[in-house]
Amino acid sequence: MTAVSPLARREARRFHLFVSPWLIGFVLFSAGPIVAAVVLSFMKWNLLQTPSWIGFGNYARMFNDPEFWESIENTVQYGLGSVALGVTFTFVLALLLNQPLRFQGLFRTVMYLPSVVSGLATALLWINILHPDYGLINKLLASVGIDGPGWLASQEWAIPGLVLMSVWGAGNTIVIYLAGLQGIPKTLYEAAEIDGAGWWRRFWNVTVPMMSPVIFFNVVTGFIAALQSYVLILVMTEGGPGNATMVLGLYIYRQAFVYFDMGYAATLSWAMFVLVIIVTAIQFSLARRWVHYEFK
Amino acid sequence: MLLETAARPARTKPGPSLTSDQAERIRRIRRSGAYVLLIISSAVFLLPFLWMLTTSLKSDADNLAFPPQWLPDSFHVENYVKGWTGSLPFTRFLLNTILITALSMAGNLISCVLPAYAFARMRARAAGIMFTALLATMMIPREITLVPKFIMFSKLGWVDTYLPLVVPEFFGVALYIFLLRQFFTTIPQELIDAARIDGASELRILWSVMLPLAKPAIAAICLFSFVGNWNQYLENTLYLRSMEKITLAQGLGMFSGQYVTQYNQMMAVALLSMLPILVVFFLAQKTFIRGVTLTGIAGR
Repeated sequence: MTAVSPLARREARRFHLFVSPWLIGFVLFSAGPIVAAVVLSFMKWNLLQTPSWIGFGNYARMFNDPEFWESIENTVQYGLGSVALGVTFTFVLALLLNQPLRFQGLFRTVMYLPSVVSGLATALLWINILHPDYGLINKLLASVGIDGPGWLASQEWAIPGLVLMSVWGAGNTIVIYLAGLQGIPKTLYEAAEIDGAGWWRRFWNVTVPMMSPVIFFNVVTGFIAALQSYVLILVMTEGGPGNATMVLGLYIYRQAFVYFDMGYAATLSWAMFVLVIIVTAIQFSLARRWVHYEFK
Repeated sequence: MLLETAARPARTKPGPSLTSDQAERIRRIRRSGAYVLLIISSAVFLLPFLWMLTTSLKSDADNLAFPPQWLPDSFHVENYVKGWTGSLPFTRFLLNTILITALSMAGNLISCVLPAYAFARMRARAAGIMFTALLATMMIPREITLVPKFIMFSKLGWVDTYLPLVVPEFFGVALYIFLLRQFFTTIPQELIDAARIDGASELRILWSVMLPLAKPAIAAICLFSFVGNWNQYLENTLYLRSMEKITLAQGLGMFSGQYVTQYNQMMAVALLSMLPILVVFFLAQKTFIRGVTLTGIAGR
């Protein structure tokens, strides 16, 4: 082992000092709670009585719980819907916003705006937008002679309604795309143009491959965010109608803070973790086929 | 190599039918097409806000008219006053929200700048492991820690106080630290060395060299932190119980529960609750977008 110079030791000490706020926070609010969540998932505890160890009881219960499977199905449906629609729609928007046009800044601000205000006000707004009789969307549909669906009031249309709302608030995705588009070297387009490539060829053979890592990033993070999002759903539908919008996050919330079944809630939260890992792993294995990296 | 480039133009000359006049016309058509698409999609994005505004100005009767109408017959600005000063103390909620948001933002800034600087510019043996741990915390669903944290804070007797919402904010947020660290690494080492030679301490370098250069990143973090805390609903509902302590977001939730049919007042109050965010966003917009583009949220 080499001797550590006093200078390096001093730098290391300073490093630990500077990092300490995060390090303490990591132990108190991330690592500690994670360990606690493992222990808790093997217990039955309603906060009042003393916790009792039930081994794999919560896990066995989970696998036999039809509501749990239903929530997984809803979560995946919502995730697929919001990512598929969000990632393609915002890509088109980002392409448009990347054009050297006048009022570019204004257009960008307008499309980013919803994601800044998202929160409870958004939830209340969209409850009304999706209202079967008075809502904006059905009014628009009615004006072209279409009888709109019941949206949040109907079993089949509740999740599509929530997906629409999620696309409206996808401004962050647009910003990330814009950053990616600006990173594509101009010379590639010039070379393609010299080769006689038209607009579509340039888009398909330059923009898409060069953007594929960014698209991939948006798909992965979009899925993770969608799998974990439920706060707006909690406010808007409370999981209903029936269990149509009972996503996994909401089910966890309900078990923990409505039924005070803390152990089962911890078990369910590990299921969410596994779901996130599985979906991300699938993404990465598919990525080999379509994501193009310039430098391997 | 030379041969190749020389051969290219001959092989792939643009089609002979295109004169520069025609090319210009095509370009112009394409540009107006882009404008049309942009205007339509902007309208789609703005429509909900506009609708919110018109709804907030309708009379109670218009609001429930069937078939529903688009525009109010007369403007009822008093909805704003009625909604805000009705049965719920929204001014109180606003002050609470401001207090929590301000404390949290201050906490975030202090506790993220220091570790970010250390991760970017200092060497230590444990640095690598710690950085991996930092990245890992960004990927773990917060649901996992939600229940144990709730138990911990309720054992500490912190339920129905601001402590569970504010104290953790003073212990760093992984995403913000990561962002700032990315930004700090782009700042030239010579600047830091020069300051060191002048005898500046690390804190001094951070304060007078790094932070001024990192303004866009700081702006981005301030905005994220502001918006996040202002809109925070879940944790607020978990920890804040009594009427005089709750925040705007919770107040809005109660409002919608109380008056299901008074959309006009509800939209008025919802718009008012968004106002500070809109103002801050307009002020910070430019710096913010630059910060996001530069700090590599783009995943490269």
